[in-house]
Amino acid sequence: MVDTRKQWKAWLYLSPAIVLLLIFTVWPIFNTIRLSLMEGYNSTMAANPYVDYEFPFGLGNFTRVLEYPNFLTCLKNTVLLCVITVPISTLLALLIAVGLHSIKFLQKPLQTIFFMPYVTNSIAIGMVFAAMFNMVIGGSTRPDSVGIVNNILEALGFDYINWTNAGSSYGANLAVMVVYIVWNALPFKILVLLGGLQGINKQYYEAARVDGTKKSRVLWRITVPLLSPMLAYVIITGFIGGFKEYSSIVGIFGDTMGPAGNPYRMDTMVGFIYRAIGKQEGTASAAALILFGIIFVVTMINLAVSKKKTHY
Amino acid sequence: MKVVLQNLTKIFPSRDKKSNQEVVAVNDFSFEIPDGKLIGLLGPSGCGKSTTLYMISGLQKPTSGKIFFGDDDVTELSTENRGIGLVFQNYALYPHMTVKQNILFPLENLKGKDKLTKEEKLERAKSAAKLVQIDELMDRKPNELSGGQQQRVAIARALVKMPRVLLLDEPLSNLDARLRLQTREEIRRIQKETGITTVFVTHDQEEAMSISDMIVVMKLGVLQQIGKPQDVYDNPVNLFVAKFLGTPPINVFNGAVKDGKLYIGDAAVLETPGVADQEVTVGIRPEGFELEADGALECQLSNVEVMGRDVSIVTTHPASCNVTIRSIIDADCKVDVTATSVRYNLKPHKVFIFNKETEERIYF
Repeated sequence: MVDTRKQWKAWLYLSPAIVLLLIFTVWPIFNTIRLSLMEGYNSTMAANPYVDYEFPFGLGNFTRVLEYPNFLTCLKNTVLLCVITVPISTLLALLIAVGLHSIKFLQKPLQTIFFMPYVTNSIAIGMVFAAMFNMVIGGSTRPDSVGIVNNILEALGFDYINWTNAGSSYGANLAVMVVYIVWNALPFKILVLLGGLQGINKQYYEAARVDGTKKSRVLWRITVPLLSPMLAYVIITGFIGGFKEYSSIVGIFGDTMGPAGNPYRMDTMVGFIYRAIGKQEGTASAAALILFGIIFVVTMINLAVSKKKTHY
Repeated sequence: MKVVLQNLTKIFPSRDKKSNQEVVAVNDFSFEIPDGKLIGLLGPSGCGKSTTLYMISGLQKPTSGKIFFGDDDVTELSTENRGIGLVFQNYALYPHMTVKQNILFPLENLKGKDKLTKEEKLERAKSAAKLVQIDELMDRKPNELSGGQQQRVAIARALVKMPRVLLLDEPLSNLDARLRLQTREEIRRIQKETGITTVFVTHDQEEAMSISDMIVVMKLGVLQQIGKPQDVYDNPVNLFVAKFLGTPPINVFNGAVKDGKLYIGDAAVLETPGVADQEVTVGIRPEGFELEADGALECQLSNVEVMGRDVSIVTTHPASCNVTIRSIIDADCKVDVTATSVRYNLKPHKVFIFNKETEERIYF
């Protein structure tokens, strides 16, 4: 324990961080809770100097969120994207990390390449992906130009697929989002798993080799269990990040969050919150708290599962 | 299973690209390990003993030379096809598996005609566990076991697939002193019961001497001497082996042979017929001294340590290469602790003389 007489020093050193946290983290959380309980709160009305509005205390904002017709779409998209992308990106990251770990030649350059998406702006990536999946339809039934994905499909003898443009199907939209989100999520996961792999004692692998263990068995019976703390970490943070999905969709579909003629089809929880800001802050706060509740429950489930499955 | 190493050499390429300095870890190593014996590979750290063990295991490939198990040339055989059991220095038990799962693991890898039923596997695992006396601990995880218990699990895991050769890398180095004594007896017992040819690596000469049928002394990748522990102790071929074996270590003096007599300082201490006149290095085992009132070698007394059965007399002598000389004599001999010097006679079979340059033994 620190000597009590010297504790003021500790507080002094901590104070810059504490002040910033109070202003930018703790206060906003309390304010969000406060606003969510003020029915129909609206910053424009609240800021009006001539009229003194009273916002009644109650849960009206929460019921309004749940009654909002687009809310279920947002929830469905958010959950679907999470449930599909987190397992895929985790599995891919595991295989890539194991692969990278086991090669010597070109290991460093490949590590750099796999890490690139992490340092690239997600809107920029979104625009590149939008171009890759794009299809420009002119006067005829044949498209005037298509993105590289459709070119590849054509080369393989398949028909073009309308991925993101007007008239595209929900499935195609979702597929594009899944590819984009998985690709975007890989670098961080690979980095964490690679770090974990480098921490595993090589002798476990030598022992397995002496016993003639098959490669796949080594992966599932030795590597994965020993990597389980890192796997739990990337899965939990993956779910948390997934529930906050927003900028990726804007990157591909623009702020209408859906293909032309079908706006807000790919809307998410954060999109919903974001649009309510400036109009209905009370509703936005309530939606944010609902999202927090969902993330909290999912994380608790994740932790409970990982406690059983994780070896520390 | 007899194991034969033939001109085994391992060269590690240089890490530093500029210097291009290769490291010869094991240099032209040849010896034969008889079937069913316990062999200790002994040497200071960096002498290539672990490299030799890993080459026998197949985890490392020799640069040149051959390895035979019985009459089979296994040099090119990969490690899983050699039929060896390997116990790692820090055991390498899978931390997420129970003791039972750890022991079963090698059996679950068997395929084709070697494949076992679930009952057979369990039976084998149980008998291996029983052999090393850990059958009570089958459902524990490795981190719930003591070091000695982990060691036994590691041995059981190596034995369960009935290897042709059992290899142990520094098996006792992670145990405390008492457990070490107990475990080395245990290794001896298990080896005798199973009759598996066993090679273990150690830097502790006492450990190697106490349980091995044969010891192999190495230095800087070169084989120095091979033989029964007592023979090597009694007849070291060079100064290195003489110094490396024995606790307390051998006492080394600068001496000279003149007219068939060995001189330490001015004192003629021993007859050495047939040895040409020359400067030599003399090694005298601690038990090679006899207290004698008119002994030939006079040493300045600095300390007497009573250890019950024996008395250890610490003295100094100007010709000694070490700071102190330690002799061990029977406790029945009374030493006058107030005296400033003691006089010794030497037992001829406990005195070795070595060439000053080559440090090779000169026999007399």
